[in-house]
Amino acid sequence: MSAPALSFNGATMEFPGVKALTDVSFHVHAGSIHALVGENGAGKSTLLKILSGAYRPTAGGLALGDRAQGFRDTSAALAAGVAVIYQELHLVPEMSVAENIFLGHLPRRAGLVDRRELAAAARRQLELVGESIDPATKVRKLPLAQRQMVEIAKALTRGARILAFDEPTSSLSDREVRRLFTIIRDLKARGCAILYVSHRLEEIFALCDRITILRDGRHVETAALGNLTRDEVVRRMVGRELSHIHQYAPRPAVGAGLAIKNLTGPGLAAPVSFAAHAGEIFGFFGLVGAGRTELLRLIYGATEKTGGQVLLQGARVDIAKPRDAIAAGIVLCPEDRKKEGIVAVRSVLENINLSARRRTARAGVFINESWEQANARQRIEQLRVRTPSARQLIRHLSGGNQQKVILGRWLSETVKVILLDEPTRGIDVGAKSEIYGIMQDLARAGVCVIVVSSELPEVLGTADRIAVMRQGRIAAVLDRADATEEKLLRLALPVESTPAA
Amino acid sequence: MSNPTARRAVADFLDRAGMLLVLAALFVVCSVGVENFLSWRNLQGLSLAVSTTGMVACTMLFCLAAGDFDLSIGSVVACAGVLAAVVMTRTGSITLGILGGLGLGALAGYVNGFVVARLRINALITTLATMQIVRGLGFIISDGKAVGIGQENFFLLGNSGFAGIPTPVWITAACFTVFGLVLNRTVFGRDTLAVGGNTEAAHLAGIDVARIKVVIFTVQGLMAAFAGIVLASRMTSGQPNASLGFELEVISACVLGGVSLTGGVGSMGFVIAGVLIMGIVQNAMNLLNVATFYQYVARGLILLAAVLFDRWKRRRQVG
Repeated sequence: MSAPALSFNGATMEFPGVKALTDVSFHVHAGSIHALVGENGAGKSTLLKILSGAYRPTAGGLALGDRAQGFRDTSAALAAGVAVIYQELHLVPEMSVAENIFLGHLPRRAGLVDRRELAAAARRQLELVGESIDPATKVRKLPLAQRQMVEIAKALTRGARILAFDEPTSSLSDREVRRLFTIIRDLKARGCAILYVSHRLEEIFALCDRITILRDGRHVETAALGNLTRDEVVRRMVGRELSHIHQYAPRPAVGAGLAIKNLTGPGLAAPVSFAAHAGEIFGFFGLVGAGRTELLRLIYGATEKTGGQVLLQGARVDIAKPRDAIAAGIVLCPEDRKKEGIVAVRSVLENINLSARRRTARAGVFINESWEQANARQRIEQLRVRTPSARQLIRHLSGGNQQKVILGRWLSETVKVILLDEPTRGIDVGAKSEIYGIMQDLARAGVCVIVVSSELPEVLGTADRIAVMRQGRIAAVLDRADATEEKLLRLALPVESTPAA
Repeated sequence: MSNPTARRAVADFLDRAGMLLVLAALFVVCSVGVENFLSWRNLQGLSLAVSTTGMVACTMLFCLAAGDFDLSIGSVVACAGVLAAVVMTRTGSITLGILGGLGLGALAGYVNGFVVARLRINALITTLATMQIVRGLGFIISDGKAVGIGQENFFLLGNSGFAGIPTPVWITAACFTVFGLVLNRTVFGRDTLAVGGNTEAAHLAGIDVARIKVVIFTVQGLMAAFAGIVLASRMTSGQPNASLGFELEVISACVLGGVSLTGGVGSMGFVIAGVLIMGIVQNAMNLLNVATFYQYVARGLILLAAVLFDRWKRRRQVG
């Protein structure tokens, strides 16, 4: 057999404090469709970014044919015939289809763009992917499925022989998926090597020849798909031992906490209802994009809901904006700490008092300086925030300590329900464990703790009950005793009719 | 410096005192090197010259700290002066004239705030539009000519003094004090910095972002109108051509005073330093008979230097 078209050889990617990828090796052959699967955070995106030249691996690397390659940047990868087609497409919406296809190397005559040649060449490229779009159409006017075809045509124009698709079907209809599969099979027949990243196992079994499974940044297995069943794939994606960092201890539920009835709004596919008790840790598991963040934002009033009720300890509360939620005792630690949580250019003290100062100000206007200082000191001590002083700018703190500051912001208020969206994302193990400890303490004190997480061990290790969300709705609610990694993942994976071959 | 702790301490000191040191050095150099600079008469003139910039810089600080800016203030200064003059001439009432000018400023500011905060239009575009609208209104009201004022008592506002210091300078000092207190000691001031530092985080922490922005723009308009009325009093007339390019002068002074254009960072002390640095440079160039054309170049260079210095400082902090 000839040399594989693409090989990863011990690819390793280390970020400060996190090893995203450890010694991953496998081959992808020309004329073959190769699936890449793994949980959220298993390392798929990192691997794609190494392939596209966006990241340079800290050790190991990749080879095209028998030549080792180290892409300096994304244009080097493109020049070598590698194209990665991301979920968010990289097209310029205000430019025409033809201009997008030839972006960066428009055909020229006498220094000017040769419009006629551009249109003709674009039409030829579009025919290759079976599209008959007018090349003069603005990309903004195309439906998503056609934009994807434009992106593929663009990749082929640059002579791509290795194409990687990142969740290409996440927003396509069944019919569009079938079209896409025809194109991908055609690419395979023409000898391209295809790397296909998806959560949808049905699609993978219908389309792909081989599969590589990643878990926690490590290579688990590469095999021909005929040798594996769906269950075997799922089992290999999970199957870790729960560690002791979760500090779980059973607690009694102490009455009604947060109840949601028929909540509707952007990001939810169906009305959502659930009830979590005071003193309970209620987990939400799901894949990225399952609607969990959207659900929390709707409860909190950060996004306007279109219907439904929020009940707090049995009484209905009207929440139109975050301030209403805070006043009722419902608080949110957002998913994206940098973008939505911290005010980076201000001090730890100011970040802690950001909300409570409205309550403690003298005459509602003048800052109560001594209270704020005492409060900041108390929260820093209580949550063991590691900072040289309360006056330190929060951006100089580590992610874990920033998260503790945000928790401290809410502990300065009277909290009945705390909504935690990916509370330990990008945080090292030590700080993670401390945050789990804080969650347990809060629940023991009678707070209703709602935690959204994409990490199976995290929800399994911390929550009393776990709701699994899938495609904008709650698929099931499991008790701690019934929940296993396999069950949760199976419930979280999208259900679809298997696309016909 | 060999000792890293000492170097760190010096760097921290420079960070905190940077522009104040520049101001002190500039003052000393001008005192020694520029004839007549230290004379009482010149210092009076200097302080009077920066008083208008100073007043409006107070509210511009809030605007910038919240992550926006306002280009319409130069037009508001002129139009409010003209309107006050016209109303006084027609009605013979000083009070009505002043109220008319202030009302115009508040309205212009409220419109800015409403469009920026509630309709979510970019502040650059919004205030660029109101800048031209309000400038045009000033010309329309005055028919393009200076409007003389007959009420002599009104001139006291701009031309009287107390303890040897002109009234407008007292007013400016009062503004520095009051707005400095608001920024540092009130929930509103701290919320302003939080909104500029991270709008989404401020919103999720229960801060009413839109309300804060509307208030800031409205007060900004009010303040610019007030400065325009004081200016009209000093000039004993309303001039539709007054304070062209004034907005850039005020923003320059703020940036020179270390206010971040991306929001979230700013302090009154440094803004005062920025205002004074711009004023002293201008004054010294006048005393040295530097031609106006060169003064523009010099002012631009100073601003550029200040911004580059700021960038350098920030990169060093991150690294």
